[in-house]
Amino acid sequence: MNDMTPDRDDRSANLKGMGCSRKRVEDVRFTQGKGNYVDDVKLPGMLHGDFVRSPYAHARIKSINTEAAMALDGVVAVLTAEDLAPLSLHWMPTLAGDKQMVLADGKVLFQGQEVAFVVARDRYVAADAVELVEVDYEELPVLVDPFEALQSDVVLREDLEPGADGAHGPRKHHNHIFLWEAGDEEATNQVLDEAEVVTEETMYYHRTHPCPLETCGSVASMDKVNGKLTLWGTFQAPHVVRTVASLLSGIEEHNIRVISPDIGGGFGNKVGVYPGYVCSIVASIVTGKPVKWIEDRMENLMSTAFARDYWMTGRISATKEGKITGLHCHVTADHGAFDACADPTKYPAGFMNICTGSYDIPVAYLGVDGVYTNKAPGGVSYRCSFRVTEAVYFIERMIEVLAIELNMDAAELRRINFIKKEQFPYTAALGWEYDSGDYHTAWDKALKTVEYDALRREQAERVEAFKRGETRKLMGIGLSFFTEIVGAGPVKNCDILGMGMFDSCEIRIHPTGSAIARLGTISQGQGHATTFAQILASETGIPADSITIEEGDTDTAPYGLGTYGSRSTPVAGAATALAGRKIRAKAQMIAAYLLEVHDDDVEFDVDRFVVKGAPERFKTMKDIAYAAYNQAIPGVEPGLEAVSYYDPPNMTYPFGAYVCVMDIDVDTGVPEIRRFYALDDCGTRINPMIIEGQVHGGLTEALAVALGQEIAYDDLGNVKTGTLMDFFLPTAWETPNYETDHTVTPSPHHPIGAKGVGESPHVGGVPCFSNAVQDAFRAFGLRHTQMPHDHWRIWKTANDLGLHG
Amino acid sequence: MSDKMHIKLKVNGEDREFLAEPRELLIYALREHLDLTGPHVGCDTSHCGACTVTIDGKSVKSCTMFVAQANGAEITTIEGIGQPDALHVLQESFREHHGLQCGFCTPGMITRATKLLEENPDPTEEDIRFGMAGNICRCTGYQNIVKSIQVAATEMNSAKEAAE
Repeated sequence: MNDMTPDRDDRSANLKGMGCSRKRVEDVRFTQGKGNYVDDVKLPGMLHGDFVRSPYAHARIKSINTEAAMALDGVVAVLTAEDLAPLSLHWMPTLAGDKQMVLADGKVLFQGQEVAFVVARDRYVAADAVELVEVDYEELPVLVDPFEALQSDVVLREDLEPGADGAHGPRKHHNHIFLWEAGDEEATNQVLDEAEVVTEETMYYHRTHPCPLETCGSVASMDKVNGKLTLWGTFQAPHVVRTVASLLSGIEEHNIRVISPDIGGGFGNKVGVYPGYVCSIVASIVTGKPVKWIEDRMENLMSTAFARDYWMTGRISATKEGKITGLHCHVTADHGAFDACADPTKYPAGFMNICTGSYDIPVAYLGVDGVYTNKAPGGVSYRCSFRVTEAVYFIERMIEVLAIELNMDAAELRRINFIKKEQFPYTAALGWEYDSGDYHTAWDKALKTVEYDALRREQAERVEAFKRGETRKLMGIGLSFFTEIVGAGPVKNCDILGMGMFDSCEIRIHPTGSAIARLGTISQGQGHATTFAQILASETGIPADSITIEEGDTDTAPYGLGTYGSRSTPVAGAATALAGRKIRAKAQMIAAYLLEVHDDDVEFDVDRFVVKGAPERFKTMKDIAYAAYNQAIPGVEPGLEAVSYYDPPNMTYPFGAYVCVMDIDVDTGVPEIRRFYALDDCGTRINPMIIEGQVHGGLTEALAVALGQEIAYDDLGNVKTGTLMDFFLPTAWETPNYETDHTVTPSPHHPIGAKGVGESPHVGGVPCFSNAVQDAFRAFGLRHTQMPHDHWRIWKTANDLGLHG
Repeated sequence: MSDKMHIKLKVNGEDREFLAEPRELLIYALREHLDLTGPHVGCDTSHCGACTVTIDGKSVKSCTMFVAQANGAEITTIEGIGQPDALHVLQESFREHHGLQCGFCTPGMITRATKLLEENPDPTEEDIRFGMAGNICRCTGYQNIVKSIQVAATEMNSAKEAAE
């Protein structure tokens, strides 16, 4: 028998547990076109909904005439706010403590706002009927600039009582939403006033959009016979959607089943609750038939959650030698017509207070003023934890500006200010406790790999050659070092609509030793079905290939807060590991019984329990699983199942060091990315292949945002970038190859030491690309210029600096 | 708009007939009338390529064509490329090299790649990047898609040489 036992390494490899580049189980169906996305859901008798949307950014609605639309063959219903009002569904709560119109209630506040919902036999009829709904608008003055909005007499939100507090305290003006502060302003100002060197810069992190390739949509099916509502949709947080749907509709929560099927990318766009979801539910209740709503791309870009739109003014002080002494940051945050940010309740500006970055800054202050304007609502975290992209862009630009002020090398300035390895756990001036890090090692590795000093010499030579007229291309070296704050979060300070941000995993081991595990999260491409099985394989000794992972069905999965903010691995991944350990603990008792020894006399060994000191005596997990179902074991319940709900003690703090080398054609403004090096430290690595894929993807979304992607408005509030003709998504042609690298600094408080990685490359990538562009012009006196650095803006920068002769 | 046309298509080797309004887009007809939900709608404006199919030997974005225009054509969708027990080399390669994440662009991406490799069986990286530029992916950053196609091309060429 013993001779037949494969050796330990083979048994371990057979598990396909943590650390291996296991191929994805999802891909088998995706590569054959057999994914099941919301628009693939087709039910008998299903109707289709479509929105009448406002062409104006701010207007009063004088009347809505639905007669002609209702008269069209195939039209079943046209819903307006008047129809929803008796159900109290014409407004809905947002995730940020504000409320939002489901259908326009007397006025519209942004272009593309939902005014009426047409329900018809098919999409074509619905679209025809949308054109037949007559809405009489009276135009009102439009406010697209948040600074102007704070001065204007024009009241945007007439529904809010003047002078009354908002969800986050006093409002200073009728278009003001909140002031959120962190840190000690007085102490910070004192340090800044007395500093040897102080510099100030204002940067605009432009409005953009997550734009997943699949738009948002839902299918609602109200079964009036059994009183059950089933809702399929593009939900990054299906369980929260169920709770919200129950609270809004009055349908008891056990009678609502929410299903997130395959999701075609989320990136934050699918966290919020949208009017389309609510209208599809109401329409199904009204008509008694299933109703599908799928938005088109223009609707997606114009009306569902945007990201960023932060005006950030920073002041930073340092000694002459470059040691940073203080940081002051003020943000004017444009939230659009409704505050529909998706942030934990107590954080209306998300985790913007991570803006001291990776640096040991003794004193700091952050103040964020939220403002209403006539733009689409939102403010979601587009491929980042809550507002962390803004925070990291802010500090990484402030560092560059300070380096210019000090006439110092920006890499060296970072190095002398990094939080040191021995300072962790490190409490930052704005309150967060960083769990672990080794920034100097990562930075040194990055700079050595790219041969940083040689790059700087080459750059200096290029500048001289440019001045001599020998080249028209400048060279930029972009640096960034970021610290993310992910894995929201501890229930003591993180909740969404009152629901604590724990997450969960439930495991059932079948009698033959295979398993199913269900989680409260939902993959949108991250490969959860692959990686969570790897965690379980390592924890339980059951091969990953014998474990099914399911998510997204609220009738079967345990309650969880969903997938965004890189929280799946830090929170649900921890729950998975701990549920696996519960399985193992019970398995140990069963093994001891079967081996006729005391519990303490057996130990876990890859895929089995062995008698200590006698490894030839063992029971495999397969043996144990079978015994759990067919033997009466004294003091042990039959079966082998476990549930774990995990409330993380702290966030996790992944970090990384990025370098971009860029050549910029001064006459065309075209940047060419010569090299991009990305070192990520996400703690323990579960699947290197998937990590690398996440980094490639996040960097490409960073490239998009830094180099051209924006949601732009004209003065009348018209969206100028409503299709993929104008809204920049890089193709394979514009996208470079990336070099990936890593260090491993495990999280000390996470059961497997993992920190999360999906968003790091976006968070670190945006400042890196932007710094590369701006660094190219440093020798010619550029301090700061605003993103996105599209060809025109880069050309303009060169022109403003007099580089066109 | 109730005047319907009699549409005949050969899809994935099968003759299919149905009634459709002339204004219906081909992607809609494929998805709604023929239940071929592999090709997806990503943008409605022929930028993203999620709806890519092969029509009479050419890569076409099926959101840009009326079903009436396709009448009589021979069409291949992702459902006609490889079978569960005999995947196409590209399907295997995309999985092997992590050339997909959310999977939404993948059917269009692989369908386009099959044509690309017919047009150019031995493409350089630049050829692939240019030849795939009509298909947008939001997840992968393309690096692994390019790799998947490169490796598939090599494998297909070796298989061809071995057969000759």
